[in-house]
Amino acid sequence: MQVDVAVLGGGNAALCGAINAALAGCSVLVLESAPKPYRGGNSRHTRNFRCMHQGPVGPLTGAYLEDEYFDDLIKVTKGQTDEILARKAIRESEACFAWMHTQGIRFQPSLSGTLSLSRTNAFFLGGGKALVNALYRRAEQLGVRVRYQTEVTHVDMRDNRVAEVVFTDEQGAENRVQPRAVIAASGGFQGDTDWLERAWGPGAQNFLIRGTQYNRGVVLRDLLDQGAQSVGDPTQCHAVAIDGRAPKFDGGIASRLDCVPFSVVLNQNSQRFYDEGEDVWPKRYAIWGRLVAAQPSQIGHVIIDRRSLNLFMPSLYPPLVSDTLEGLVEQMGLPTGASLASISAFNAACANDLSGFRPTELDGLATRGIEPAKTNWARPITEPPFYGYTLRPGVTFTYLGLKVDQAARVQMQDGPAENLWAAGEIMAGSILGQGYLAGFGMTIGTVFGRQAGQEAGAYVKHR
Amino acid sequence: MSNTDSPFVENPLGAIEEAARQVNICNACRYCEGYCAVFPAITSARSFSEADITQLANLCHNCRGCYYACQYAPPHEFAVNLPKALAEVRQNSWEDFAFPRALGRQFHRSGAAIALLAFMAFAALFALARFVSGVGDAQGEGFYRLMSHTVMVSIFAPAFILPMLAVGVGLVRYWRATRPESGGSRWLHPRALALAYQDAMTMKNLGGGHDEGCNFEDEDRFSNLRRWLHQAAAFCFILCFFSTSSATLMHYVLDWPAPYPIWTPPKVFGVSGGVLLTLGSFGLAWLKTRADRDLGDGRVWGGEMGFVLLLGSVGLSGLLLYGLGSTPWLDVLLAVHLGTVLALFLLVPYSKMAHGFYRLAALVRDAQRRIDRGL
Repeated sequence: MQVDVAVLGGGNAALCGAINAALAGCSVLVLESAPKPYRGGNSRHTRNFRCMHQGPVGPLTGAYLEDEYFDDLIKVTKGQTDEILARKAIRESEACFAWMHTQGIRFQPSLSGTLSLSRTNAFFLGGGKALVNALYRRAEQLGVRVRYQTEVTHVDMRDNRVAEVVFTDEQGAENRVQPRAVIAASGGFQGDTDWLERAWGPGAQNFLIRGTQYNRGVVLRDLLDQGAQSVGDPTQCHAVAIDGRAPKFDGGIASRLDCVPFSVVLNQNSQRFYDEGEDVWPKRYAIWGRLVAAQPSQIGHVIIDRRSLNLFMPSLYPPLVSDTLEGLVEQMGLPTGASLASISAFNAACANDLSGFRPTELDGLATRGIEPAKTNWARPITEPPFYGYTLRPGVTFTYLGLKVDQAARVQMQDGPAENLWAAGEIMAGSILGQGYLAGFGMTIGTVFGRQAGQEAGAYVKHR
Repeated sequence: MSNTDSPFVENPLGAIEEAARQVNICNACRYCEGYCAVFPAITSARSFSEADITQLANLCHNCRGCYYACQYAPPHEFAVNLPKALAEVRQNSWEDFAFPRALGRQFHRSGAAIALLAFMAFAALFALARFVSGVGDAQGEGFYRLMSHTVMVSIFAPAFILPMLAVGVGLVRYWRATRPESGGSRWLHPRALALAYQDAMTMKNLGGGHDEGCNFEDEDRFSNLRRWLHQAAAFCFILCFFSTSSATLMHYVLDWPAPYPIWTPPKVFGVSGGVLLTLGSFGLAWLKTRADRDLGDGRVWGGEMGFVLLLGSVGLSGLLLYGLGSTPWLDVLLAVHLGTVLALFLLVPYSKMAHGFYRLAALVRDAQRRIDRGL
C-alpha cells in the first residue's frame, strides 16, 4: 500500500490534518480505530470551539482578543501552559472560523442555557457529530482514504523517523504501511481504565468516561516508549462532575448536571466537602470532577428541594424524589442520622432573609458559621418534595501527551522527529497543564491539525 | 423497518412514551437547536404531555438533520432516532384524527389500496363515459363530448367537498388534542397564521437552519433537492386552484366553455402546474427509494409511495390528456386523469395528503407559542 501521509486517529484534529495534507497534493490514509457510527473520537461529543475575533463574526458577538483569551487560559491553568504554543492556538483560532466554514462546518448562535459563551465560543450547528460528518465528507471529496475499525498498534521509529506503521484491520489481521509522513492525532488514554488506575489508584475504576471508548492511548504509549518527549502529568485531565447514572462511556453532554449551586452536596460519609456556591456553574463544573474524584468511593450526593428544581437545565435522568429528607437519603444509600445532621447544620447556617436570592448571578447569600461555607445561593433545604442526584467524575480527556514544537512536530529525546507530527488531545497537555477552558480542546485540535497537515504535506512534496 | 414489531409501534400510547423518552434526552443535550422548529419548542419546556408530543411530532418535517448529527443515535445505548419516533407518533395521530377513523388506517398503510381505489375510479369513469348514454355532451367540444360539464361537476363537487369536511373534522380533533396544558392565549393571533404560512411557503423547516437543505437521499449530505421537489408538487395545488377557478369564471360568467386555448389562464396555470406536479412527485418518489427507511415510519412506506405515485399520475395523465386530446387515446386518458383526480380527492383526509393540513396547523400552534412567549 503506497501512501504519502498516514493519519492516526479520526477526530477533528486528524481530519484537519488529513484535509490539509490532501490539499497539498498528498495521498492520505486515515486510520480510525472506531467503527463508523462512533467515528470522530471525542469531537463527536463537542459543541463549540473558542475563537479569537476582533469584532462580531458569524454568531459570535462582540470581540474576544488575544490578551483576554490568554488571561482566561492562565486563570484556569494557573500558569501551567506553554505560552508560545498557547498563543499560537489563540491567534490562529481566528482564521479557523472561516476555514471550518469552507470545509462544510456550519455554526449557530450559542445554545439555550449557554448565553455566557456567546461571545467567546462558536457553536457548531448540530454539534460535534455534524462537524465530524462534514469533515469526513470533505476529506473523502479530496480523495482521502478512510479505514474504520483499524487500530494502530505500533509506530516503528528508526533514527527519529517513522519507518512503518503497524495496524490491525477490520478483520483483526495485522497490516503494515510505510507512509512518508505521519500525523498522530489519536487522543488521550482515558479509554484505558487500567492506565487511569495506574495514575490515579483504584478509585479510577469508578470514573465515568464522557467521550469515546476508543481513545486508549496505544499510539501515545508506543511513542513514549520509543523516546518521544512527554508533557503533562498522567493525573491531569479535563474531568467534570456528571450524573452518576450515566453510561461508562459516551454519555456526552446530556449527562451533565447543573444543580450543584442550588444544592447541598454530601459525600458517602454524609459530610459536605466543598463550597457548592463558590461561583456560577459554567466556571465550576470542571473543578467538581476532581473534587468528587477525591471523595470516598468517588461519589457525591446532591440534594435540593422543590424551590430549586426548575433553576437548572433539565437532566438526562429524573432525580430521586421523596416527600421527606429521611426518605430521600435512604434512597440514596446514605446513613440517615449523619445525613440529616449535616443538612440540619447547613439549614441552620443559612440566613433568615432569603429575599436576596438571585439564581443567575453571584448573590452573596451565604451561610454563617459552618465549614465549608456556601458563599452564594445558600437557601435551606426545607421545602418538600426533596430531590436527589448522584455525582461521579466524568473524564473528558487526559493531558499526558507528546511534546511538540510550533510546527506540531513531535520532539524525541534527542531532537525533533523527521516525519512525525502530532495534533489534538495527544499533545494538548502542552497547553493545558491543568484545568480546562470550554471549547479550547477543539481550538487546539483545529489549529495544530491544520498545521500538522500543512507541514506533512510540505515535507512529502519538497523532500 | 427494523423494529416495526416492537410493542410501542402498534400502541399509540407506547409511541408517545418512546418519543417522550427521546425528547427528554434532546432537552438535556440541545445540540440540534439550530435545525428546525422542533428543538426550540422542546427546550422551552421541562416535561412533555401527550399533547406536547403530538404537537412536536406534527411540527417535525422529517428533515433528518438531527438524526445524522446525533451522538446518541443507535448503536448508542440511548438509541435516539427522533425522526422515526416522531414519525410514528405523527402517523398514529393522523389515523386517530381521521374521520371516519377506519379509512385513515387502510390507505395510509397500503399503497396497494391506493392503487386499487385509483383503478376503480378509472374503471367507473371509463365505463360511465363509454357505456352510459347521456353522459357525454353531443354539442360539446373536446372531452365534453365524452362527459358533459354537468356530469363532471356532479361527481367532483361532492368528491371534493365531502373529504374537505372530513379534513375539517380532523383539524378540530388535532387542535383539541394538542392544546397545551399550560394554556397560552385563547385566541389565535393573526401573526401566527402569517408566520405559519411563511414557513410553509418557504419550507423553512426543510432548510436545515443554514438553508442548505435536509439530509435525505445521501445520508448526512445537505441538499435542497427534496425541498424544491416538494414545493414543485405543493405549488401545483395553488396553480391548479387558479386554473380551476379561472375556468369556472370563464364557464359561468363569460359563458365560454372548455376547451381553452393555451394562452388562457386555465391552460397557463393548469399546464405549468401539471409539469411541476409530475416532476415534483416522481422526483420525490425517486428520492424516497434512496433514503433510509428506518428514519421514518416503516409501516406506511408503501402507502406514502403509493400516494406520491398517484400524485405524479394525476400530473402526467393531465399533461398527456392535453397533448394527445385530439387522438383516439382521448377516452382512455380522460378516464385515467379523472380517475386519478377522483382517487386523490377522496384520499385527501386518509393519505399522506393529510400531512399538509396537520403540518400547517402545527406551524400555527408553534407560531402562537412563540408569540405568547414574546419571541
